[in-house]
Amino acid sequence: MNTIYLDNAATTAVSPEVLQAMLPYFTEHYGNPSSVHATGRDARKAIEAARRQVAAAIGADPAEIYFTAGGSESDNWAIKGAAFMNRRKGNHIITTAIEHHAVLHTCGWLEKQGFEVTYLPVDAEGRVTPEQVEAAITDKTILITIMAANNEIGTLEPIAEIGKIAKAHKILFHTDAVQAVGAIPLDVKAMNIDMLSMSAHKFHGPKGIGVLYIRKGVRIDTLIHGGAQERGQRAGTENLAGIVGLGKAIEIATTDLPAKAARLSALRDRLIDGILERVPDVRVNGPREGRLPNNANVSVRYIEGESMLLRLDLAGIAASSGSACTSGSLDPSHVLLAIGLPHEVAHGSLRMTLGSETTEAEIDRVLEVLPGIISDLRSMSVLNKDTSTVTDEVFYHGKK
Amino acid sequence: MYSDKVIDHFSNPRNVGEIENASGSGTVGNPKCGDIMKMDIKVEDGIITDVKFKTFGCGAAIATSSMATEMVKGKSIEEALELTNQAVAEALDGLPPVKMHCSMLAEQAIHAAIEDYQKKQAAAQ
Repeated sequence: MNTIYLDNAATTAVSPEVLQAMLPYFTEHYGNPSSVHATGRDARKAIEAARRQVAAAIGADPAEIYFTAGGSESDNWAIKGAAFMNRRKGNHIITTAIEHHAVLHTCGWLEKQGFEVTYLPVDAEGRVTPEQVEAAITDKTILITIMAANNEIGTLEPIAEIGKIAKAHKILFHTDAVQAVGAIPLDVKAMNIDMLSMSAHKFHGPKGIGVLYIRKGVRIDTLIHGGAQERGQRAGTENLAGIVGLGKAIEIATTDLPAKAARLSALRDRLIDGILERVPDVRVNGPREGRLPNNANVSVRYIEGESMLLRLDLAGIAASSGSACTSGSLDPSHVLLAIGLPHEVAHGSLRMTLGSETTEAEIDRVLEVLPGIISDLRSMSVLNKDTSTVTDEVFYHGKK
Repeated sequence: MYSDKVIDHFSNPRNVGEIENASGSGTVGNPKCGDIMKMDIKVEDGIITDVKFKTFGCGAAIATSSMATEMVKGKSIEEALELTNQAVAEALDGLPPVKMHCSMLAEQAIHAAIEDYQKKQAAAQ
């Protein structure tokens, strides 16, 4: 039985074209890009070609693209680098309560170093408004860091409007676009983005390679000190094959993007609508409009997320959940709590993220299997409409 | 991450349900941490002749509920009170460290059901 893989927000398979593009750079063109000889020069050429591919995909100049080891490093570098470079100007950072931990924990660490962080709350669908951002700005604000799209509930944030505000106030604007690259169109110039993080393995590239875009003229402190790679801004011998793979992957992901996004959105809606039609007491987490084309996230009342994941896994379907039991802690996802879900409902969340390989037949198979799994688990749950600790209103939200 | 026994008890849980006019009943856990277990026991002549559970929780919570009911069925109250979470976890060929609290709940649920039975007994006398 082939696995139906609906966890593409966690990671994606490296596409065959990407792998083919990478392979020669392990054994044939393995040179150190810093070397003077021809083997090194071949490697250098490949890196610069990848840099152009990335720049073209987000409307940047190649000189504004810096390769890193992934999304977490890019977020750390952008936020710590901007904070320390600008600490004489101010110590205030604005972010949201629903960022990835690579942003939240970096901000938390900076608070211990004397910086002040405003964590903007979000509405019931996970959206922050440009007005909230503007109102949070003080004369000490040096950085705004807000994600382009939420990794759990798929909410798209108004980053173009936030970029405008940041520009008007002359404050640096960083966006974690790890889930957005290859999913929605991005143009760093038009959106006034000063720094943008991405990670190749989210769009069918390899793991361990990412990018931080830094607008020309923006100066941030170095995170990784050492050699003169990446124009002296990020030391370490380049991950040559990874960089080649990232370049190829972003080129493929951003080609015909509107058509691909439309296909995924239709499949996503088929999945969400199909669940709402077949299963009572389910709510959609995140908005119906203005969400990532590949993201479906629902909370299923009276049951717990991990038990759903296990049953789906036994049926050959890979998904994820924001329940505590999948995080290794006792608290469910900070994103689900931030949109106001009671713990009981947050524990019952199920995230299914589609990919370029996902088919309609696979979605229909999930719709065939999932209702039975849910009613089975409900029949053994101690929670029901009489014992539930939450009100019914929570479950009316989000339905069409 | 789970043993075959955990998956077996999770996929085919034993003794799911409720007992009408149970001799004792105990509910432990809370929705905040994502696990709630309810155990019903039927006691005749000091022996637990039937036991049923209902659980809101993860795979480990459901599997430990199932295993714990199997382990106390047919036992005397005294023997059932000796059931430890360690024994439940061992009977399942182990649990991942982060899931050990689920086995605590199973032990606590059995104890709560027995306590309820004993209270009812005392009240009747």
